Amino acid sequence: MTSPSVTSPVLELRNLVVEFVTRHGTLRALDGISFSIAPGEVLGVVGESGAGKSLTGAAVIGLLEPPGRIASGEVLLAGQRIDHLPIEELRHIRGKRIGTIFQDPLTSLDPLYRVGEQLIETIRTHLPVSEQEARARAIALLAEVGIPAPEKRIDGYPHEFSGGMRQRVVIALALAAEPELIIADEPTTALDVSVQAQIIAVLKKLCRERGTAVMLITHDMGVIAETADRVAVMYAGRVIEIGPVRDVVKSPKHPYAKGLMGSIPALDERPERLLQIEGAMPRLNAIPQGCSFHPRCPHVMPRCHEARPVLATVGAGQVACFLHEVGQ
Amino acid sequence: MTIPPPSAGPTPSGDSLWSRIMAHDLTYLFFRSPLTVVAAILSLAIMLAALMAPWLASMDPFDPAQVYLADANIPPVWQDGGDPRFVLGTDDQGRDLYSAILYGMRVSLVIGLSGVALAATIGITLGLVAGYAGGRIDAVIMRVADVQLTFPAILIALLVNGVVQALSKGTSRETWAFGVLILSIGLSFWVQYARTIRGSTLIEKNKDYIHAARLVGQPTPLILLRHLLPNVIGPVLVILTINLGLAIITEATLSFLGVGLPPTQPSLGTLISIGNKYLFSGDWWIVTFPGLTLAVFVLSINLIGDWLRDALNPRLQ
Amino acid sequence: MSAKPMVSVTHARKVFDVSQPWLERVLSGQDKQMLVAVDDVSFTIKKGETFALVGESGSGKSTVARMVTGLLPASSGTFSIDHVPLDPEHGYPLALRRRLQMIFQDPYASLDPRWRVGQIIAEPMKAFGLASNKDEERARVSQLLKLVGLDPADAVKFPHQFSGGQRQRIAIARALASDADVIVCDEPTSALDVSVQAQILNLMKDLQRDLGLTLLFISHNLAVVRYMADVIGVMYLGRLVEVARVETLFAQPRHPYTRMLLDAVPDLAMTGRSRQPVQGEVPNPISPPSGCTFHPRCPLANARCQTEIPLMVDGVACHAVQENRKA
Repeated sequence: MTSPSVTSPVLELRNLVVEFVTRHGTLRALDGISFSIAPGEVLGVVGESGAGKSLTGAAVIGLLEPPGRIASGEVLLAGQRIDHLPIEELRHIRGKRIGTIFQDPLTSLDPLYRVGEQLIETIRTHLPVSEQEARARAIALLAEVGIPAPEKRIDGYPHEFSGGMRQRVVIALALAAEPELIIADEPTTALDVSVQAQIIAVLKKLCRERGTAVMLITHDMGVIAETADRVAVMYAGRVIEIGPVRDVVKSPKHPYAKGLMGSIPALDERPERLLQIEGAMPRLNAIPQGCSFHPRCPHVMPRCHEARPVLATVGAGQVACFLHEVGQ
Repeated sequence: MTIPPPSAGPTPSGDSLWSRIMAHDLTYLFFRSPLTVVAAILSLAIMLAALMAPWLASMDPFDPAQVYLADANIPPVWQDGGDPRFVLGTDDQGRDLYSAILYGMRVSLVIGLSGVALAATIGITLGLVAGYAGGRIDAVIMRVADVQLTFPAILIALLVNGVVQALSKGTSRETWAFGVLILSIGLSFWVQYARTIRGSTLIEKNKDYIHAARLVGQPTPLILLRHLLPNVIGPVLVILTINLGLAIITEATLSFLGVGLPPTQPSLGTLISIGNKYLFSGDWWIVTFPGLTLAVFVLSINLIGDWLRDALNPRLQ
Repeated sequence: MSAKPMVSVTHARKVFDVSQPWLERVLSGQDKQMLVAVDDVSFTIKKGETFALVGESGSGKSTVARMVTGLLPASSGTFSIDHVPLDPEHGYPLALRRRLQMIFQDPYASLDPRWRVGQIIAEPMKAFGLASNKDEERARVSQLLKLVGLDPADAVKFPHQFSGGQRQRIAIARALASDADVIVCDEPTSALDVSVQAQILNLMKDLQRDLGLTLLFISHNLAVVRYMADVIGVMYLGRLVEVARVETLFAQPRHPYTRMLLDAVPDLAMTGRSRQPVQGEVPNPISPPSGCTFHPRCPLANARCQTEIPLMVDGVACHAVQENRKA
């Protein structure tokens, strides 16, 4: 039986614009971001430093710090606008309906409180259950994320857990209130490679089982390839390509995405030279006119200097590039 | 999660120091805080006035030849019995209060600045050495610092005073009173500098640019002076400003208690001490004007220090 | 090309004393706690080649790099560069120091924020007395900046005016300023974005080829190492578990940990390759497992592995390989 929520997205961003008002002028950090995430889907948001991916996550949960602010656009959670809500309501939504996983497990958990206390507090704040039931749920959660002997470890302090175990606890904490959406910002970057794979697997499994949508923010394409269903590639505050992960990773269409994928050294071969994109991502106060990538693009055309390409459907995904507008 | 505001790009590196100062964030923040600007103007004005005392004052109150006992305890010019020669009145020796304040401020400033400079030098040096060397040297220096903290400035001043007095039987107090005060202030206040610098040094010394310098074989004094010091000295600026006010008050206190300067070289503290005795006989001006000057100056310096501390704190931006 | 090694590390060992302070130890009756960060590591690097040390956190690879340069005194072991040994008390002789340089991981911490870029690059020149006057110094700095792809006009700027990738270029220029021919690179691109990493790696490869540099390259990223290295040493908890030439290591990894590490790297080519599930985490280095430290996570471990430390034989330190055991 399909319920209506299956077809409508959990998260939808419509032309989100985030600006920073500084004494050097108003800087536009996000310039019209639009995408949606369906229930149970993992959307990877990928980009290099300064592209704006973390900022997008912050804007969604309302954690933008002044002088940053949402200048225009909409953020919809299950069809309901949340970008203009007062702080109190936003706080409530943050805990219950949106879970968060950050990069550093050391600072995500309060070192002074036992792990169980933090879990139980989260559960009881958002769900009407008794103390015992909350504890039972917490133990069950810890078992699900793969913590051995959870009934004992639940009373441990964060520093008694290893890095990978801590991140598992953070995942449990994020899922404790049964949110509809999880925003994970570089969840595996601080972990060893062998542990990364475990954490990715845990996250994927739990979210799939619960039908929780995931916005996975990272600069690591490998993690995206393993975890995401769809991926959005960001550059200088804009989404320049979005589509099924297989398409974007194996056959990217936007020249930047192509350059990005080509510059990643492969495990199975040794090229003579890595593909490199000349130059660097523009700073916010020096974003080029027209297509923000054109100064570095090997296929630049006169049109690219003047007009800004918008996301247009190409195959199963979308690309913001004039190369693909013509003739497709 | 704290997302720092995206960088707008490099601040233009004008070749001249002046253009770099003008473009700096601190300058911008300074002019945005009217209270700080006022405080800065006030303290600068007082310092300048004190510096130019010989030209601004109507007489030299420390020159016995210019002082007449007959002029003692004259009220300010706007009161009955006032004398237009002495705008703010005179003290118990017949010294013009306005001139005495100017010269007194000068004395207070010299002692305050020198004392703080001495404290900073001792503190920064010991802090750098303790932080960089670590181990036993660090432990010894820090224990000395701990012991030092148990002695209030007054006690140290009394100690130093007593020792110097015993050693210098015969020479007049005037010659060594300055030195005693500066030494006392220096010895009392160095710990704060040492601790702050040590903390920052402990962090900086593990940064790779220090490793790079060591790798190339740079001698330790060069590393300390040219690499470490410029990078850890930031917080010291805040301490310096606030300490200056404290040092001047300390000197005033010591002089008030009679352990400071001799009556022939009065500082603001001495003036306040003198004036205090006459307060209940109705001669209010002798204590009020020096007191006000001291209060305004220390308040201004403290306000600047407060602002500087907030401005340098990246989290409050 | 001489067959004798340019860099030689023999039985390197580093033990850190991580005990509680003396008083607390005495009061609670605890023993001293020692952390063996590096345990009996030996390898050589041929002139003009790149030797990569790979491993996860706690493997000791960075510690080895710092011991080779003399920045960190070793507990025991010998190090030599071009047959000049490292004196435990005085470090390398001056003539050799000039030839050995290092590039660090964090581009934001490896350049003095208060020095101008030109001064930073000139520091090794000054320290070794390589430029006789200011003009020569300035000319050499300009030349180095151009070599690493920057503008000579950048010499008057400060590090904070540059991006991470540009700062690494400055660090490379500094490393080459004294005409060094042995460079230790400690995770030089780990803090950089992927496209910037490609630029820096390409640059380093070009410079190595043009200047005949010998590199000791530390990394946790196997794909980067595949691109850069000629010989690879895999480290686990302070020990070398496998050493092989790059093609051999990736084509036929022998040590179970190497295999596990290769399997754990995310599948970017999306080949859907079958992967062995990864077990456990790197144990606490203060109390490592007995015998072969990898045995708790090893699918091939047996009783001997729990008690006897495997010796490096023919490039692998593993009982199972030596006994020809398979899963």
